[in-house]
Amino acid sequence: MTDQARPGVAVITFPGSNDDRDALLALELLGAAGVAVWHGDETLPDVAAVVLPGGFAHGDYLRCGAIARFSPAMKAVAEFAAEGGLVLGICNGFQILCEAGLLPGALRPNASLSFLCRDVVLRVGHTDTPFTARCKADQRLTIPIKHGEGCWFADPEQLADLEANRQIVLRYERNPNGAVGDVAGVCNERGNVMGLMPHPEHAVDPLLGSTDGALILGGLVEAARVAAPRLVPAGA
Amino acid sequence: MKATVLVRPKPGILDPQGQAVESSLRELGFAVGDARVGRLVDLEVAASDPAEARAEVERMCDQLLANPLIETYEIELPA
Repeated sequence: MTDQARPGVAVITFPGSNDDRDALLALELLGAAGVAVWHGDETLPDVAAVVLPGGFAHGDYLRCGAIARFSPAMKAVAEFAAEGGLVLGICNGFQILCEAGLLPGALRPNASLSFLCRDVVLRVGHTDTPFTARCKADQRLTIPIKHGEGCWFADPEQLADLEANRQIVLRYERNPNGAVGDVAGVCNERGNVMGLMPHPEHAVDPLLGSTDGALILGGLVEAARVAAPRLVPAGA
Repeated sequence: MKATVLVRPKPGILDPQGQAVESSLRELGFAVGDARVGRLVDLEVAASDPAEARAEVERMCDQLLANPLIETYEIELPA
């Protein structure tokens, strides 16, 4: 059940997504009305933000996100983003957004070739994005990672451009995966699309060891509430 | 018409798989260096001549089979 005060946030489930329910739960906990959307849907419901969750969409065959970017819902997500809609990609969702060209860079296998599943410490680069508005500059966040292909890559020229444009939003304090520039999360030039490898939806309850993820997702919910008056109607 | 696409990590891109293969080969006593691991895709393309097939496979590579940011591709067609 939802009410008028809760901004609608869509979470897209691809075949192979496995953090979609956790994302919905976290968003509900933080005051949003989570709306589950199937990747085969060609249109988005009337929501104020979209989350692409973690997992292994389409088996991650060929390259992570390479096939998922052609899911029908992704065309709607690209249009939503082009209109200035808020889009957050978490882990596999980040990989999909990079493959779709909505975010810069690409994700490659971890330098260690190991699947990494543990808490990491992140450093907030910029607080002038909707996703980090609740953070303090240079704040350290403890949020878990769980990925085999989180080694973000951009060539030196592109990285310099992104740094100049203030698009490097999160960096690892200690680089776990070989990512260029210790990059853990980036946004697009306009600042309405962000992707990150760590999982904020797994760090919203003290029982899970950290609530720092609530700063990121809470920022998204707040921005969704303010930026878009399109709310999910009661009972939707 | 048969076609083969070779996809390689671009020079300068970290290739941990290639590094692991290289170190394993060295442990087996082989004197090797610069091992890089890519991907091979065999296809049966509906095309009447090699030029048409090549153009079609190039479109496949640009759209899906390779990510130009991190990979290069090479198309092989029967002579």
